[in-house]
Amino acid sequence: MQMVSLKRGVSQNMGFATAVLLLLALYLTYNMMHPRGFSSAVAIQNSNETVAIAFVAMAQTLPVLLGGLDLSVGAVMTLTNCVASLLLNGSPAQILLGMGLTLLTGTMFGLMNGLIVVYGRIQPIIATLATGAIAMGLALLIRPEPGGNVDGDLGWALTNSVWDLADTYGFADGGDAWWLRPFADIPVPFLLVLFVAIFVWLPFRRSVTGRTVYAIGSAEGAAYMSGLPINRAKIAAFTLGGFFAACGGLYLAIQTSSGNADIQQAGAYTLNSIAAVVLGGTSLLGGTGGAIGSLIGAMILRVISFYFRILDIDPLLQPLIEGLVLLTAVSFGAFRTLRVKNQLDLFR
Amino acid sequence: MTEAIVEYRGISKFFAGIRALEGVDFKCRSGSIHAILGENGAGKSTMIKIMSGVLQPDEGTILLEGKPVTFSSPQAANEAGIVCMFQELSLVPDLSVADNISISHPPRRLGLIDRRAQVRRAEYLLARVRCEDIDPNALVRELSLSRRQMVEIAKALGRDPKVLILDEATSALTSRDVQTVYDLLGDLRDKGVASLFISHRMHEVDALCDTLSVFRNGQHIETFAKGERSEGEIVRLMIGRDVEAQFPPRPPQPPEALCDAPLLSVKGLKWGKRLNGIDLEIRRGEIVGLGGLDGQGQKELLLALFGVLRDVEGDVRIGDAKGIPSSPAAAKSAATRLALVPEDRKTEGLMLGMSIADNLLAASFANITSGPFINPKKARAEILSGISKLQIKAGSPADPVMTLSGGNQQKVVIAKWLMINPDIVLLNDPTRGIDVGTKQEIYKLMRSLANEGKAILFYSSDYAELIGCCDRVSVLYAGRVVSEQEGDAITEESLVAASLNIGIEAA
Repeated sequence: MQMVSLKRGVSQNMGFATAVLLLLALYLTYNMMHPRGFSSAVAIQNSNETVAIAFVAMAQTLPVLLGGLDLSVGAVMTLTNCVASLLLNGSPAQILLGMGLTLLTGTMFGLMNGLIVVYGRIQPIIATLATGAIAMGLALLIRPEPGGNVDGDLGWALTNSVWDLADTYGFADGGDAWWLRPFADIPVPFLLVLFVAIFVWLPFRRSVTGRTVYAIGSAEGAAYMSGLPINRAKIAAFTLGGFFAACGGLYLAIQTSSGNADIQQAGAYTLNSIAAVVLGGTSLLGGTGGAIGSLIGAMILRVISFYFRILDIDPLLQPLIEGLVLLTAVSFGAFRTLRVKNQLDLFR
Repeated sequence: MTEAIVEYRGISKFFAGIRALEGVDFKCRSGSIHAILGENGAGKSTMIKIMSGVLQPDEGTILLEGKPVTFSSPQAANEAGIVCMFQELSLVPDLSVADNISISHPPRRLGLIDRRAQVRRAEYLLARVRCEDIDPNALVRELSLSRRQMVEIAKALGRDPKVLILDEATSALTSRDVQTVYDLLGDLRDKGVASLFISHRMHEVDALCDTLSVFRNGQHIETFAKGERSEGEIVRLMIGRDVEAQFPPRPPQPPEALCDAPLLSVKGLKWGKRLNGIDLEIRRGEIVGLGGLDGQGQKELLLALFGVLRDVEGDVRIGDAKGIPSSPAAAKSAATRLALVPEDRKTEGLMLGMSIADNLLAASFANITSGPFINPKKARAEILSGISKLQIKAGSPADPVMTLSGGNQQKVVIAKWLMINPDIVLLNDPTRGIDVGTKQEIYKLMRSLANEGKAILFYSSDYAELIGCCDRVSVLYAGRVVSEQEGDAITEESLVAASLNIGIEAA
């Protein structure tokens, strides 16, 4: 019975299963080739560089599940990055308030996207192209020059291991408590992403609103006929997307201790988020996949770039090779067409 | 006489100035099964859509249990206890059966969907419609059309309807499932539920309903109790004119010259687990029927012949060519041309958003080009000939095909394929969900195509059609031909017996 349900789980989530296997293979190989592989230091560095794209990919997942695209996720991340670079200092209470305001900024921006798409009846891709430019404009107003003043302790604590976190804020005997030992070497950024995925994404997926998002992407007419709250779900999806993008921006500010309204960087994050979503097994047609898959997809993208450091490849060749690897990875998903016996199934 | 649960007073609805319903007064009682009859385009669908909140009336009021109500969305109608099962299924293909059954009001724990409770609920409701074989965790996209329809019924049942609307709900069901639905509706009637039942199958209406209402041209013509009118009278009310014999006569003997070699011959056709060695022959001028219960390989056989399936084994000769075409594109352009009218006209037959003209030309662009470009003169001539040949009732060929009624949409599909002048026509249940008048036109067309020397392979889930239309019928069971019947030996008893593979030979 258990085997049967496991088998079905895998077959219903082929894209996701492929992505997980690919990530494991790539990351294990990477660590074996790395001179200091399988060490806490490598893991911490890797996860630090993955957090922002992971959050942005999760943000992109929601519009894609609806069957659309959000071209503003990178810009919203940049905007919130700049907001955070202004607010994350002072007393602990002020810092917490600043974090809250940063997340609120992104969430409200996502809400605005949703309202425009639903009540303005504009297709997501074009609506967010416009709002993305607006977000960039706001970011440049807030921070014409890169810079910022982010609390140093916070930056240190959240970008290192659990032990460093406890050491900085002096809890659990400064990190030496016996119950903290098993977790002491885990990178905090990894835990942050996991925390958001488990306590924000998973409950959303199990709510009626979340299920409506899937239903809309799969068959909007059927969803409407079933009496599902279509508008609410669309707005919620964009709002949650804004929240995830803000998580990315907030973390980037903590990690770099600054804000930077870099248009090229915002664009690159948006495009990479789409790649990560597809790598993670979410269909661009909507209706299947999920944010956990996108998380895996983002990790795969990052691991590919880690290889350039240890393999000593000409940096000029990097985009070319990244493109080839991405194409290869995505075409794993196309393997299903080889197994299809009824060619009509390809179009379903 | 129990009180009316739903009452229409002077309901009118217009689409772009064209009347779809006009001044309809209508009543429906609790504890009854009420048939709505009428040709396609008579206003039945509009009336149902108004009741279920999809459309809002332009004039008039609706009373629910004596109180005026307005439904602004299907959600509002659902909450008032009016549940509708649409012809176009309202299931979400990428969600599981259990998700779909409890889609709008799932069981929850701590505000989140309780998946275990949801599966239990699905199991309970599926058991009520005797479909224990459906796995609640399977995705709806993995199910066949007939299974999906049963899931749809389970879903409707789970909403505790006061008024249950079934719009062609049994059109794709197997006979066993149809019986289940009959029993279920009987149960619901005894519990005081009002069921509104739209079907184009008269024997279903006869077996099931206690009250009948006839619509024509957007008007409510008459409501009467079952048995008050003969079948002939009802049909006359529906189409407003007399009808002759339902099926065109079979020629006593196919013309000699056409009889010699089969145009299509199939030996030992196998595909996966669905086709297990099919033998079949069709000559020019013949209509050969495929019978049997739903899902015995009929659809797969048609798809295999049309080049849609991969890894098909067996000996196939089409005209002088050996083997199966490699794709639909090859099938329609071979020396002996094949055409397939597919099962689902909305997804496989038509591009709904495109114009009638573009749909008509979709298979025959090769005939109307000058060099690489479409020749508008040739195209126009082809379109007009297609429209007039099948008497498609359309405003303008430039209108999107989705503005047509179901019957006219199906005519567009058939006309599209006739434009390639096929030698072999494969028909997959072409009359499903179509009004009586159009059905008869299709029967006549099939016979005249056969008389022109085409070979026709015709799958139908309606036994009466097989009996009335076909020269021969091959009954399939578990991917094999279990019985071949010819001419007057084709009877309902013999078909049913063969379908169940119980080996009773017709007398």
